[in-house]
Order: sequence, then C-alpha cells, then structure tokens
Amino acid sequence: MALYSEKVMDHFRNPRNVGVLEDANGVGEVGNAKCGDIMKMYLKIEDDVVKDVKFETFGCGSAIASSSMATELIKGQPVSEVKKLTNKAVAEALDGLPAHKLHCSVLAEEAIQSALEDYQKRTGKTIE
Amino acid sequence: MEIYADNAATTKMSRAAIDAMLPFLDTVYGNPSSLHFAGQQAKDALENARLTIARCLRATPKEITFTSGGSEADNQAIRSAAAIGRLSGKRHIVSDAIEHHAVLHTLKALEREGFEVTLLPVSANGIVDPAAVEAAIREDTCLVTVMYANNEIGTIQPIEEIGNICRAHGVLFHTDAVQAVGHLPIDLSALPVDLLSASAHKFHGPKGVGFLYARKGVRLTPLIEGGAQERGKRAGTENVGAIVAMAVALQETIDAMPETAKKLTALRSRLIAGLSAIPHCALNGDAEKRLPSNVNFCFEGIEGESLLLLLDDRGIRASSGSACTSGSLDPSHVLLAIGRPHAVAHGSLRLSLGEDATEEEMDYLIENVAQVVSYLRGFSPVWRDLCAGKTPFLL
Repeated sequence: MALYSEKVMDHFRNPRNVGVLEDANGVGEVGNAKCGDIMKMYLKIEDDVVKDVKFETFGCGSAIASSSMATELIKGQPVSEVKKLTNKAVAEALDGLPAHKLHCSVLAEEAIQSALEDYQKRTGKTIE
Repeated sequence: MEIYADNAATTKMSRAAIDAMLPFLDTVYGNPSSLHFAGQQAKDALENARLTIARCLRATPKEITFTSGGSEADNQAIRSAAAIGRLSGKRHIVSDAIEHHAVLHTLKALEREGFEVTLLPVSANGIVDPAAVEAAIREDTCLVTVMYANNEIGTIQPIEEIGNICRAHGVLFHTDAVQAVGHLPIDLSALPVDLLSASAHKFHGPKGVGFLYARKGVRLTPLIEGGAQERGKRAGTENVGAIVAMAVALQETIDAMPETAKKLTALRSRLIAGLSAIPHCALNGDAEKRLPSNVNFCFEGIEGESLLLLLDDRGIRASSGSACTSGSLDPSHVLLAIGRPHAVAHGSLRLSLGEDATEEEMDYLIENVAQVVSYLRGFSPVWRDLCAGKTPFLL
C-alpha cells in the first residue's frame, strides 16, 4: 500500500489555490522551518464570507495536500463556519493521513485560524 | 525515463547471483549441519562461499562469520569488543557522530549497561579526524568504531590511519563497511582493522544476508544462541542459497570495480556540476573523498519528501534525509553533524548511482531536479522570505 491516499496524492500533485493574495485581509503563518513544515494562508474576506484564499507551504507531501484541501473546504464559506474547521475535517476530506502525518492537518487548521485572527485584528470585527 | 538512483539503499541483484541461488531454493535443500550427502552438498557450497568472500578481501575463511546482514554484523562486532573489554575492566568506546544507527543504537544500549561512549564530531566535509581519535583514546578504551564510507553523504574515512592509531594503542578497531565492500578496494591482509561488517544487498547480492570479519584472535560473542553453526558464533541454520549468491555477487562486483569506479566517478562529476548550477544549493560531504556512486545535495527553501515524491512521478527513485522521510521530527543526524542547520537539512536529496548509469540519465536527473526544486520554491514561504531578504540565505 502506498504511503498516501489517492486524494492526498492528487492534492499534492495538483495543489488548488496555490500562491499569494495581494489584497488579502487576513494572513496567517504557522509552523517552523526547524521542524520542516511552514504554512501560510491568505484570506480575502468580504461580507463575512471567504471570497478567495491562497496558500504557500514549505513541507512534505501531506503538508502541501493538507493546505490545498483546507483552502477548498473554506473557499466561499461564511467565516462563522470557517472558524469551526478542524484538522479532523481536513484529514477526513483527504481520505485519511498516516498517523505520523496528522500534524500536517493540524497545521492547516492552525494556519486558517491564525489568518482569521489576523482578519479580526485588522478589522476589529469578532467572528461568532 | 526510469532511473533507480537509490543504490545506497539497496541494489538490484546480479543475474549470476540469482542463478547461483536458485538450486538452493529447489533441489539442493540439505541442512549443512546434516552428515548425509544432501547436507554435505550444502556444507560444501557454504564453505566455498566463505572461501570466495575471504579471498575477495584477502582474509582467511575462519575470519568470516555469516550474519543476517550489516546491522547484525555491527551489533555483534561492537558487543564482542565490549565483552572483551569488560574482562579487563575497559568500558570506554570511541566512535563518531555520523555512524549508522546500527552502530549508534548499539552504543546507546551499551551506555545503559555501564559503558562510556565518546562520539567524535566530524569536519564540515564529513570526515573523522584521526588525531581526534587518538586524543579520545584512554587507558580504559576497548574499541574504536568508525565507518568505512558514510551511507548518506558517501564520505570515505581515513580507515588505515585510524587503524594504525588503534594498533599503536592496543585498542580493537571495528569498521562498518556496508557501503564500502564491493565498491572500494579493501585488503584485510594489510589494513589494520580487527572487525568489519558487510551486507550483501549493497553489492548486488540478496537481502537478509551479510558477514562479519573478525581478525584471528578476536573472540566473537554470539548474539543468537542455540547451535554450533558458524563455529558457535551464530546459531541458526544457515541461509545457504543467499550466502552462495552473496559470494558470487561480491566476486563479480570486485572484478568489475576498477572499471565501475572510473565510470561512476566521471558520471558523479557531471551530476555534481549540473546540480551545482541550481541557485542556493550545496554538496554534502567531501567532493573527492567520497564513494564514486554518491551525490548528496541540500537545496534551500524546500523540503525533501515533496521533492522525492515529485521526482518519483518523473521516474526518478531517490532518497532524502528530511524528517518526513526518517519518521521523526529531526532531519538526518549526518547532515546536522556536518553543520547543516535544520531548515536546510530538511531539503536534502541523495542520488546513489548504479553501475549501469549513463550520461543521458545524469542529464535527465539534472534537468528534472532543477525543475522540481524551482517548482517547489515557487510556493514556499521560506523561499519567499529568503528572496525578500527577510531571512538570510544559508547556502
């Protein structure tokens, strides 16, 4: 059996929403290079909805796939829903991750939460 | 194109070795310990294999003990030297930071049993300093263990110099030669080495078999008890077919060595030159004192596992010292020991060439590694910060 599911390999090989959003109003970066994973999420939020999202990731196959899947899960969603996104949802959407790679999905959740916090700081809004 | 560039992990079995092995899976199935014809037929094959291997390394047959591979040989060599040391109250061992885990973990286990271990650092080019070995030897040192050639960065250690120092101080010397046997000329009639480990599948033999050379007079301690096989040093019915195949593979590899080394050294230079053109990368390990087959680079701003997977998609089978490929959070201890920072060590790539490598393959490797590195850097936040001057380039 391969290390990763077909879904993980698909998102790793063809990552969705890769890049930078110049007009992002919420940016979050988590992880550190020492551990080998860094994720950066750029959110463009309008009318309490994630209108656009992009990511940049330094990391292994599952880190790239987790970032990609997370962006798909939140794009077009109301921020109140995005706030509830868990790593479990990311991992499940990828048809699972190997046990020692679950931290990659945690990083994806944390990167998005960090971007939402940045948005709240910038706008003074509170996401319920 | 499909390129198997992971020959330091394992090699393809030689056709001659497979052919030599097959009868032992079929008609020649006697137990070498049996007195009847079938047993003696197997026994003869076993002893012929031992003779071939001994001749290949200019040792004597009694100095060769068959094991399940390199890791077992390393374990047994170190444990045997420790047992000898214990008899005279010597409980200090000298080794270095870039050894294989089969050595490092055995040393850790001995530390828990009351031994003291000095792990010497290596230079930035991955070489152990013989003077440092000499300085580390104490009255109670029972063993020095330094690998012949490193499995990750391919550096070749000054084994003869270190061996001479050990001789002068009356200390046993073991070398893990798993990456060297079959690839570098080794003459044990001249080389001052007391114990040497080897593994068949690194030189086109089968997996699950290897040997331990122990110079006459160096008493081995069995790790496995239960029978008189291997003169009581390793119990268990011998894997006759695999041992026979190992001997055939070793003879064949050694016969071809001068030609192979010349060819691979030229291909290695081509590959190193091509990959060096990628911005912000560095060759790991000494450029000259390295295995002809080994190329190991760090690329700044990317992570090794994603590099490996994308190269795999392009038919390139390679290896990396990144944490994600080691199953731990830390990247390779070897890359850290030569001074690569964690962030850089995660972006490593090892290409280990086989005898059938070609110039076209080197060019394909260069082109594809350059493309994949550039692609991954394109959405790496680490690379973005480096390029923006937010963090300094390390390479």
